[in-house]
Amino acid sequence: MSVMNIKKFSFTYPGVDHPSLKSITLPIEKNKITALIGPSGCGKSTLLRSMNRIHDLYPGNKYDGKIELLNEETGKFENILEIKKENEFIKLRQKVGMIFQKPTPFPMSIFDNVAYGLRIAGIKNKTELKDRVETALKGSALWKEVHDRLDKSAMGLSGGQQQRLCIARAVAVKPEVLLFDEPTSALDPISTGAIEELIVELKNDVSIAIVTHNMQQASRISDYTAFMYLGDLIEYDKTENIFLNPKEKQTEDYITGRFG
Amino acid sequence: MEKIFQKLSLASATLVFVLLIGIFLTLYSAAKPAINEFGLGFITNPDWNKEVVVETPQDTANSAEAMNAADDDTITDEDDVMIADEDDEILDEDEMLLDDEDDTATKTIYGGLVPIVGTLLTTLIALAFALPIAMGIAVFLAEIAPKNISYVVGIAIELLAAIPSIIFGMWGLYYFAPIISDLFGGYQVSLLTAGLVLGVMILPFMAAITRDSMNTTPAVLKESAYALGATKFEVIKDIIFPYSKVGIIGSIILALGRALGETMAVAFLIGSVFVLPHKITDPTISIPVAMANNFGEASGLGESALFYLALILFVISFAVISLAKFYFLKKAK
Amino acid sequence: MRLLVNKIFLALSIFSALIGLAFLGWILATLFLKGLSSFHFSLFLNDLVDGGLRNLIVGQMILAGIASLIGIPLGMTAGIYIQEYGQGKYASLIRDLSDIMMSAPSIVIGAFVYALMVVPMGGTSGWAGAVALAIMMIPVVINTTDSMLSLVPRELREAGIALGASKYKVIIDIVIKAAKVGIMTGILLAFARIIGETAPLLFTSETSNYFSLNLNDSFPSLTVSIYDLANEPEESSRDLAWAASFILTVMVLIINLTGRFITRNKK
Repeated sequence: MSVMNIKKFSFTYPGVDHPSLKSITLPIEKNKITALIGPSGCGKSTLLRSMNRIHDLYPGNKYDGKIELLNEETGKFENILEIKKENEFIKLRQKVGMIFQKPTPFPMSIFDNVAYGLRIAGIKNKTELKDRVETALKGSALWKEVHDRLDKSAMGLSGGQQQRLCIARAVAVKPEVLLFDEPTSALDPISTGAIEELIVELKNDVSIAIVTHNMQQASRISDYTAFMYLGDLIEYDKTENIFLNPKEKQTEDYITGRFG
Repeated sequence: MEKIFQKLSLASATLVFVLLIGIFLTLYSAAKPAINEFGLGFITNPDWNKEVVVETPQDTANSAEAMNAADDDTITDEDDVMIADEDDEILDEDEMLLDDEDDTATKTIYGGLVPIVGTLLTTLIALAFALPIAMGIAVFLAEIAPKNISYVVGIAIELLAAIPSIIFGMWGLYYFAPIISDLFGGYQVSLLTAGLVLGVMILPFMAAITRDSMNTTPAVLKESAYALGATKFEVIKDIIFPYSKVGIIGSIILALGRALGETMAVAFLIGSVFVLPHKITDPTISIPVAMANNFGEASGLGESALFYLALILFVISFAVISLAKFYFLKKAK
Repeated sequence: MRLLVNKIFLALSIFSALIGLAFLGWILATLFLKGLSSFHFSLFLNDLVDGGLRNLIVGQMILAGIASLIGIPLGMTAGIYIQEYGQGKYASLIRDLSDIMMSAPSIVIGAFVYALMVVPMGGTSGWAGAVALAIMMIPVVINTTDSMLSLVPRELREAGIALGASKYKVIIDIVIKAAKVGIMTGILLAFARIIGETAPLLFTSETSNYFSLNLNDSFPSLTVSIYDLANEPEESSRDLAWAASFILTVMVLIINLTGRFITRNKK
């Protein structure tokens, strides 16, 4: 059962004449982790960033096809590519959150960081904020380390802690989908392990799409894997099939390290 | 709320545009009387605030008639206006008495050559003086000094830039000028003194920008050269300078722009006389100083002439800075 | 031979640095010596009409203060537009025009405000002087805001948007906060610059011998008065000019150093 359906989606960056994504069709399964893998320049980040339409910060993009998101209330799928109004964009991003490659703590206290998404969603009640921040931090395995210094600046945390803070911040608004754009590539191996564990736990509450150039990571934590190459979706299947029994030769070549 | 903020910031940004155009138009319209009167010849005319005789055809005819008239006859012209009274004194149109020698009217003309030349020459002297020293300081800060010293000296140089220009004027007049005139002869307040103090003023600015430009040179580039056995001088000459060339030239042009418009320091030191200097140690005047000294008392055509000077200066500065930006842009590609 | 050239070059470079420092030291020493010798605390208690500097110091600060109230908001919002909202040609144009105005001759700005405000209003005024200073301040604030905002990493903005924040919230809550220190320093430095200006005030607000808070008339200015005093024949006027120069420089240097101190601390 999918929570997002990408249908024949093509994407071209401004000022470029060839598309970076060519007619991609792919589901994001509910409460599962879907990994997007492929060599540099294959378009995996471009695809991920289309799912919360963050491309629209930079005008001039051209796209085709549909990206449908399940509306939990109506049970119907809505094409998010049709969103034009400011408040609809905001709603979209409250449903589809994103964590970036570089940890991006805001220049404010740890508490304010996690509470930020809640505050802009209009939640002002202090008790509610406190509870949700605590839940989010616990859910990101960060609570124990920071519960006694929530009012201190987030900039004082280590890289791994900052990234977990960003995850807590995204989780606090209770999104339906979480997009991870190479979340551990800037971190040391131990932090990486901690975050991988965290992501696996999170799938109970959210559906996850993760871009990674680390194949082992994809095989470790994901349920489904999509292999992309030069803007095309070469193969999509359950993770064990992709890694143990790929159907396409290109997939096999990439998995075995012959290129990329 | 989002829309409001967006519109507000756009409005502020547009204000800059409006201001610039406004300045140009205001200067132009205030200068128009002088422009109409003197045209482009203003730029090459060295006479400022000079009374010149002007013969009008009417006056010439009047004097001729009066000369030929008999005594005690009142002479009138075609419109029956009295042009010579009973005593054969010749009258001009306003019935003012003209004496025999002075049978013509005068008007005041203004020419901007001296201040324009003064502005350009002081700037040139300033640049010639400041450039080698600024480059030397930049090299010192960027490549030679150890980090702590570089930091402290850098701050010192930037403090020099922060000192108000009027202070340079005071110090220049009472302490620097006497030394210059001892060394070079001539007047204390002169083109040379003004140019040199101007140079000291733009020095820190050029040094700082050049240093910043030099610091953008990638370390790997420098290391590659050192690894081949180059001396520091050679690395600076062959690697760093070419790499930061754009920034350096840009800093020169920007300093030029600053120097062109400097008023207070130059006002104390240039002498403030509308005379073309024969020697570098002669006093003269620059556009900003001409304006500073005369604006208060000027009126009518004189004031308009000052605005004409202001317009010329504005256009020159604009052109110089635009050149700098254009050069940056072109070379950065 | 190469080593010799190298040594000479390095020596010249160090020499240049020494020259630069020498000038700074010379000027400061002169200021301190001449200024301090003419300095006494009554300067802060009397107005120029009584041989003091009180009205001039207060006046200069008021002029700079009003200029800042006008210039800082305008400059910052314009800088925000260029960096955050502007796309392509128009934003670049404004950026370039602002840089051009930054180097515009201060006396020309004075002439402009003279024609714009003094002539229609029938006389000099503190308002005109403050406006002239504001015009000088705006491009500097634009430049510093623009530069500091550009240093904020792109991902920080994207993270804010990804949480569903609208653009202006991201700018105010996150981006400006991240650039806060740099912008503050830039503004302080801009303030230090305009408080030392003379030319824009010469024929817009002139100066006054008396203490005044009336901006509708000639307004006391420390810098313009230094110019007047220095041109007077009496020795006592010149001494007063030195004392005033000393105080002005101390003010400017303190503001300047404060700005740098803030940046250094926050690093």
